[in-house]
Amino acid sequence: MVDQSITSLAKKLRAKDISSVELTQDYLARIKQLDGQLNSYITVSDEIALAQAEAADKLIASGSTSALAGIPIAHKDLFCTDGILTTCASKMLHNFIPPYESTVTGRMQASGAITLGKTNMDEFAMGSSNENSHYGAVKNPWNLDKVPGGSSGGSAAAVAAGLCVAATGTDTGGSIRQPASFCGITGLKPTYGRVSRFGMIAYASSLDQAGPMARSAEDCAHILQSIAGFDTNDSTCSEIATEDYTANLDAPLSGLSIGLPKEYFGDGLNNDVAKAIQDAVKEFEKLGATVKEISLPNLNLSIPSYYVIAPSEASSNLSRFDGVRYGYRCEDPKDLMDMYKRSRGEGFGKEVQKRIMVGTYALSEGYYDAYYLKAQRIRRLIKEDFVKAFEQVDVIMGPVAPTTAFGIGAKTDDPIAMYLEDIYTLSVNLAGVPAMSIPAGFADGMPVGLQIMGNYFSEAKLLNVAHKFQQATDWHTKNPSLAEGA
Amino acid sequence: MNWEVVIGLEIHAQLSTNSKLFSGAATSFGAEPNTNTTLVDLGMPGALPVFNKEALRMAVMFGHAVNAEIGMTSIFARKNYFYPDLPKGYQTSQMDDPIVGKGYLDITLDDGTVKRVGITRAHLEEDAGKSLHEDFHGMTGIDLNRSSTPLLEIVSEPDIRSAKEAVAYVKMIHSIVTYLGICDGNMAEGNMRCDVNISLRPKGQEAYGTRTEIKNVNSFRFIERAIYTEIERQADILEDGGKITQETRLYDPDKDETRSMRSKEEANDYRYFPCPDLLPIELTQEYVDQIAANLPELPKQKADRFMSEYKLSEYDAGVLSATRAMADYFEETANVAGNAKLAANWVMGELSKYLNSESKDISESPVSAGHLGGLLVRIEDNTINGKTAKSVLQAMWDGEGSADDIIEAKGLKQVTDTGAIEAVIQSVIDANPAQVEQFRASDEDKQKKMIGFFMGQVMKASQGKANPGMVTPILNKLLKG
Repeated sequence: MVDQSITSLAKKLRAKDISSVELTQDYLARIKQLDGQLNSYITVSDEIALAQAEAADKLIASGSTSALAGIPIAHKDLFCTDGILTTCASKMLHNFIPPYESTVTGRMQASGAITLGKTNMDEFAMGSSNENSHYGAVKNPWNLDKVPGGSSGGSAAAVAAGLCVAATGTDTGGSIRQPASFCGITGLKPTYGRVSRFGMIAYASSLDQAGPMARSAEDCAHILQSIAGFDTNDSTCSEIATEDYTANLDAPLSGLSIGLPKEYFGDGLNNDVAKAIQDAVKEFEKLGATVKEISLPNLNLSIPSYYVIAPSEASSNLSRFDGVRYGYRCEDPKDLMDMYKRSRGEGFGKEVQKRIMVGTYALSEGYYDAYYLKAQRIRRLIKEDFVKAFEQVDVIMGPVAPTTAFGIGAKTDDPIAMYLEDIYTLSVNLAGVPAMSIPAGFADGMPVGLQIMGNYFSEAKLLNVAHKFQQATDWHTKNPSLAEGA
Repeated sequence: MNWEVVIGLEIHAQLSTNSKLFSGAATSFGAEPNTNTTLVDLGMPGALPVFNKEALRMAVMFGHAVNAEIGMTSIFARKNYFYPDLPKGYQTSQMDDPIVGKGYLDITLDDGTVKRVGITRAHLEEDAGKSLHEDFHGMTGIDLNRSSTPLLEIVSEPDIRSAKEAVAYVKMIHSIVTYLGICDGNMAEGNMRCDVNISLRPKGQEAYGTRTEIKNVNSFRFIERAIYTEIERQADILEDGGKITQETRLYDPDKDETRSMRSKEEANDYRYFPCPDLLPIELTQEYVDQIAANLPELPKQKADRFMSEYKLSEYDAGVLSATRAMADYFEETANVAGNAKLAANWVMGELSKYLNSESKDISESPVSAGHLGGLLVRIEDNTINGKTAKSVLQAMWDGEGSADDIIEAKGLKQVTDTGAIEAVIQSVIDANPAQVEQFRASDEDKQKKMIGFFMGQVMKASQGKANPGMVTPILNKLLKG
């Protein structure tokens, strides 16, 4: 069951081989059985899931053609879900039950998808290892001593271990792609503005983008179809029309030009990871693609630029968590200032506090020009790099991360090493272009992800490229033994 | 020393949109706490602002009205600070690229001179909520109904030189925004609030002195008083060789004094940066031009029209166009009465006396413009005389109905029957033989002076109902025998 795709399950649901209620019960049972080892869920919403499954069975019986109808999925715990605890993996929101639904989860529900629960993550999406969670670290299903990546680590681990058919994630600096890479699944970060941010608890508003995490590009296409498109509740959401994301999955890749940025294959890239990526690129050449070396010269500046812009926006976005209206409030505050200081000091974890401090500093009078404005100038340069590159090639490929999943605790004391994890993913967010991570082999028994970057609003093309690769290879069908054994 | 006062004003005008600046919640005043709110106004996690285009239209209207440059690309910025009634921990405002840039307006001072005051800028921003300190047993309640209500902050250049000029400026802004219909202008409800920046410098010195800012003054009278007391306070300090501390102060109307709220050292660093949840506002020239073409009549244009169309004096036209409510009231009264000069006299005279005595605005007048016009019609057609009309107005003020109702009910209709008037005059002549004798013995000049006595007696005897225009010739005829 663990390797069943949305497409095959949709067929079985319509053939009445299985009902959505049965399918949902199976997944709930697997979560109960296996998640003790992974810690991938913060909340499992059994009752709501089963009620939704009953409704989905009726929807299917009445002839619904939605691919997602009756499919059990999980949501990263920063999408507000009406009536379901939404914590952002923070003590700050340990008691927060939203009375409203995010656009992403609402649209998936409208498509008939079942909400199994809410997945673990780095607190407020700040982290690359899923170790920064009030609810504890998530384990990588391929090796329980390793991290699943972050910040959407719970979603990635749950999909990889077969604890949901697919999941939602969000990607601010690589938070869909890097955990997808570490856990051997397929993840898509859409173009900024392709998917509404309404009801998604903000980390860095100008970078945050929701996307699917699943077992294949085809499954990602089904989910994107449901969640993409204009939303009047989000002013930054694009009015550009969506495409049919499954229609051209099988289009041949002959003539596809692939750019390999030389900066993605330099120092710091693990040799085994590099080998896997090079092998994957050869596979594309077999499929008819041509390859050329290109340059994204400002890659190295993406880290300082990102780590100014993201914390700056975060420092403001997270100001609303003040203990006044909802969420955590300290015990017996003696006055207003005490309430603010202790509620925020006790409610936020260390990494969140660190980024709030960094952002506050960068926006302060006298530092704003040197930090925030300079970071924005670099951001424009990085964007121009991509625009120029896409004048030469159709897609850009490279590694998602310099290494495979690292050990739990290995980088927690070295923030710079942790931040360097994001070197290949950050620039995509700064530019706002879409990118995917797809399984492309293994190094030392751990999955390696290939990153495919596309031009603005070229999601259909990316999914086509990824799908053709997955038709020719079987990396995406591999399962961790933990999942197989259950 | 001889001090020159330098004043700059920041006026917050609440725009009269139906919904809030960034949400669909209603902006109505006086609703139950926290009922006029959406996720956005409550600062809920994941809620995003959606800009109300109506506020944009209103801001552009204002820009045109003060001859300002319109920001073709303007940007919302976040002003970050913590306060319990600021639900997001930041106020969405505008910093570097406001919707309205440099402009000016002309104010007329008491001596009739016209002064030009520069407008530095005007920008859109959202209001905060309200903290309620009563009824919560030592705790503070938060009402977020006002949260995200649209404000236009209008910043003047430091061109103002006295309290009187400041009040004239604020009144002109008030007049413009109400004429444009973009602000209700009700200062008591906080529709318009004013921050006053004041400094003193020795006359002739170019450099500005250290300024203080008096926050949130909310009536014309308080603005004047606050400025007077602050000037006095600063002058006392400077005269004693002291230094002014740059700080924010509050005006206490009960004590008629300003007191310190916070000094510059304690001031927030607001960490402004462009709001990533909102796109820059890009305007087309067509949009801007269309608003300019459809701008309603402004105070100055209205006054000019009153002079040409109704032949009013410059002074009268100025008074009657001072507020849109006043101008509308006058025009309706004039149209009903059919005599603009008479309408002007009554609105500025008798009616204003009543309004002033009860501190009411013309918009709150219990006598409608239609009713006052109806009263003037009865003066015009000689049904009543001016003196009687004053008593009818009193009755109208007291809510006794229209002029016709009151004239009818009280039997105030003027006597225009020649026979009846003759009879009254004859009775007066008969009752005052000595005076009649004296009159008849006097020369013409003396007689002219004495006629007033008989006139008064006749009006008294007729209980004011005799038509004075008819009494005079008959009285003259009968007295001369």
